[in-house]
Amino acid sequence: MQKFEIVAREDFSDVTYLLEVRHPLMAKAAQPGQFVIVMSHPEGERIPLTIADYDRERGTITLVIQAVGKTTREMQRDCVLGSSLYGVTGPMGIPSHVGKAKKVVCVGGGLGVAPVFPQARAYKEGGAYVIGIVGFRSKELMFWQDKFGAVCDQLIVCTDDGSAGIKGMVTAGIKKALREHDDIDEFVVIGPPVMMKGCAEATRAHKVKTMVSLNPLMVDGTGMCGGCRVKIGSEVKFACVDGPDFDGHLVDFDDLMTRLRRFTEQEKAAAQRWSENCRMASVPQSLKTAPPVEEAELPDPFDEVPGG
Amino acid sequence: MAKKKTIRTIPRERTPMREQPPEERVKNFAEVACGFGQEDALREAERCLLCPEQPCVSGCPVGIDIPGFIQKIGQKDFRAAYDVLTDTNLLPAICGRVCPQENQCEGVCTVGESLEPVAIGRLERWVGDKAIAEGWAGAPYIEPVPYRVGIVGSGPAGVACAADMAKAGCDVTVYEAFHLPGGVLRYGIPDFRLPNEVIDAEIGRLEKLGVKFECNTLVGRLFTIEQMIDELGYHAVFVGTGAGYPTMLGIPGDSLNGVLSANELLTRCNLMRAKEFPNYDTPLPLGQRVAVVGAGNTAMDAMRVCRRLGAEKVYCIYRRSRTECPARAEEVHHAEEEGIEFHWLTNPVEILDDGKGGVRGMRCIRMELGAPDDSGRRRPVPVPGSEHDFETDLVVFAIGTNANPIMGQTSTLRLNKRGYIETDADLATSVAGVYAGGDIVTGAATVIEAMGAGRKAARSMKAYLGIRDPERPYAIDGRGATGRMFGFDPEERNFARVRVG
Repeated sequence: MQKFEIVAREDFSDVTYLLEVRHPLMAKAAQPGQFVIVMSHPEGERIPLTIADYDRERGTITLVIQAVGKTTREMQRDCVLGSSLYGVTGPMGIPSHVGKAKKVVCVGGGLGVAPVFPQARAYKEGGAYVIGIVGFRSKELMFWQDKFGAVCDQLIVCTDDGSAGIKGMVTAGIKKALREHDDIDEFVVIGPPVMMKGCAEATRAHKVKTMVSLNPLMVDGTGMCGGCRVKIGSEVKFACVDGPDFDGHLVDFDDLMTRLRRFTEQEKAAAQRWSENCRMASVPQSLKTAPPVEEAELPDPFDEVPGG
Repeated sequence: MAKKKTIRTIPRERTPMREQPPEERVKNFAEVACGFGQEDALREAERCLLCPEQPCVSGCPVGIDIPGFIQKIGQKDFRAAYDVLTDTNLLPAICGRVCPQENQCEGVCTVGESLEPVAIGRLERWVGDKAIAEGWAGAPYIEPVPYRVGIVGSGPAGVACAADMAKAGCDVTVYEAFHLPGGVLRYGIPDFRLPNEVIDAEIGRLEKLGVKFECNTLVGRLFTIEQMIDELGYHAVFVGTGAGYPTMLGIPGDSLNGVLSANELLTRCNLMRAKEFPNYDTPLPLGQRVAVVGAGNTAMDAMRVCRRLGAEKVYCIYRRSRTECPARAEEVHHAEEEGIEFHWLTNPVEILDDGKGGVRGMRCIRMELGAPDDSGRRRPVPVPGSEHDFETDLVVFAIGTNANPIMGQTSTLRLNKRGYIETDADLATSVAGVYAGGDIVTGAATVIEAMGAGRKAARSMKAYLGIRDPERPYAIDGRGATGRMFGFDPEERNFARVRVG
C-alpha cells in the first residue's frame, strides 16, 4: 500500500494551510502549472490542487489549501504531521509554457499566490525580469511574501482594506505595472475566477498575452469524465488534459463560474452536516462561531472565506 | 457413455436465470441477474451438442474452448471446467456477465439454428462465480524468468496481458491512475451488472499470480513510457489506457450544469460511490426527468443508474432505430422492463436553459433512415419541421469516446490521425519493446475484445523477450525476436533442413 506522508505543515491563517507531502517520483516529475488530485480517505472525493512547490532533493511536493468545503475542512483537521493521504495522483495537466519572455508579471490572488510561485521561479531562473503582484483581503491573510518576493525583481502588494501595500484589488497592481513598464511580454494570473476575469479585462486593451490557470470541478483529472470542460473561444476544452493554462483573453469566465456551482446544494448540505457532527475542540474557533454554511457559497478552492 | 445427443434429445428451452423483478430492482443496486444454480448449469450444459464444427469457438474473440468447458460441467468436473476456461480467459466471472454473447459465441451456436442457443455466457459466469466461491486459483507453479514487464492501465486489456505475462514467469507491475484497479470494469459498469466484489476477486487472483498493482500512478506524467524502459528497468511495456475521452454533441446548451457525460455520471456513481452520498463525499447530479442520448451499453447503464437514483422518467434518445442499437440485447430488455422510455429515430438539436444555468428541456428532431453509411448502417437524416421538446432536468451524453490524449502528449509513440496508438499486426508500437492494445488502438469496443488484444500483445511480448511460449511452440506471428531462426521462417523450420547446414 502506498503512503503519501505529510512531512510538514504550516498554518497561514484560520483557513489557509500548507501541506508538504512525501512523493519522490512526483517531486522529480512536477513542472510549474501542474496539479494533483488528492483523496484524503477511501470515502473521500477527489479534489484537484495545484502544486505550489516541489523539492526534488527532499522528494516532496507542497500544497496550499483553503478550508472552504467539507473535504478541505476535514483535511485541515486531520492532516497532521506524520499522517498520510489516501491518494495523491499526478502531476496532471500540461506544464506551463515558460517561454522566452524577457519581462513577465506573475499575479496571485489570495491562495493563487501559491500556484503562481513555481512559474515566477521558473521565469526568474530563465533570466526574465519578474514583477510579482499579490492580492489579499487584508495583511493578516498574507503568506509567502518573502518566498515569493525572492523570485521577483519587483513585488507589488495589494490589499482590499489597505492594511498593506496598495489599497485595492490586484487589478490596481496591474495598472501600476503597466504604467511603469511598457515592455511587459506576458502576464500569468492565478486566483479565483472572478479575479482572473478582472485581470484578463485589465490587460486586454494593452494586448499583452495573459495566461490563466483554470480550476473547474474534476473527478478523474485524466480526461475521462469531461466535468472540467471549459469554453475557450469557440472551442470546448478539458482543463485537466488540455490545460489547466489557457489564454485568459479567450476564456469564458462566466461559463466557468456557473459550472463551479454545479453541486452547490449538495456541497452546502455536506458542509453543514460535517460542521454539526464535529463540534470538537480541534475545530478552529472561527469555524464554530461563524455561520459557515450560508457564506461558503462558491465551492471554489481559491475563494477566500470571510472572517478567515 | 450415453448415446449421442441430438437436437431432438436435448432440452428445447434455455434454462431460465432468476432475476430480480423490475419493480424491486429499480430500488437497489444489487445484481439484476442472479446467476445459475448447479442444477441449472447441469441442465444447460446438457443442451450443448458438442458438435464437431464448434462455431462458438471461432465466434469467441479469444477462442475459448467452449464445448470443452461445457463438457466438463456435464461431467460434474467443475474444477476442470474452470481450468479449461482459464486456459484462454482469466476473468470468466466478468466476461460471462458483460460479453455481448448474442453477437459472438451464442450468435453462431449450432443449437441456435433450430432452438434457442446454448446459454454459454451464463455457464461461463457460473463457473467463474464457483471458482471465486471455492477460492480456486490458476497456475500453481510458475518458472520465473528474469524479465520485468510494465502494464499501463488496469482495465480489461491490461489485466489480460498482465495475467499472461505473469504466467510466463515475468515480474509484472500494473499501473493505474485511479485509486482502485479495474479500469472501465470499475468506473464504467454499474454494480447491478458487475458487482465490485467480482472485480476484487478477479484482481485478487491476479495478485496471487504475482502481479503487482500500483494505483494513483498516472503514467506519462509521473514517468513516461520511455522512462519505464530506459530508467525503471522494464524489459517490455504494454499500453492499455482505453479510449475514455468523452464526446459532447456540440449543440447549443451543452455546457449547462445539468449536462454531463455518461462517463462522469458512472464514475461518480460506481467508483466514487456517490450513490451512497453523504457517507461518501462525492456528490451526484440529481434529475427527476433524465434524457440519455445514445443507445450503447454505456447509455443503458447510465439510464438504469438514474432510475435507481430515483428519477421518475428516463428517456433514451437515439438517432437511429432499434435495429442499429449497439447495446447488448439483454441490457435493452432489462432497461425496457425497468420503465425506460425509448425514443428511436430522435436526435437532440438544442438543450434548453432554465435561466439559472441548469436544464429545462431538450429540443429534438425526428430522423429517418437514408442510404447506408461507412459503418454499413443506414444513415439517419433529419425530417424537416419535426422539432419537438422534452421536459428534462438532466441530460447525459453517451455518444462515444475518443482517444485519451495523455499518451500522445507525453511519449514518442506514433499515433494515427484520430489519436489512437499505431501498432503493427503483432500490436508492437513504434517504440521497441512497447506494445499496445484495446480501445487505445482500436477505438471503443468490448471488454472481451480488449482482453483478446491484451493476450495477443502478451504473445508478441513473449516472443520479443525470447520466452518460450508453451501454447504456441512454433507459431510466433511475424517479426518477433525469434521470428526467423537459421534463416528460415518459423513455418519452414524443421530438423531435417537445419542439419543440412
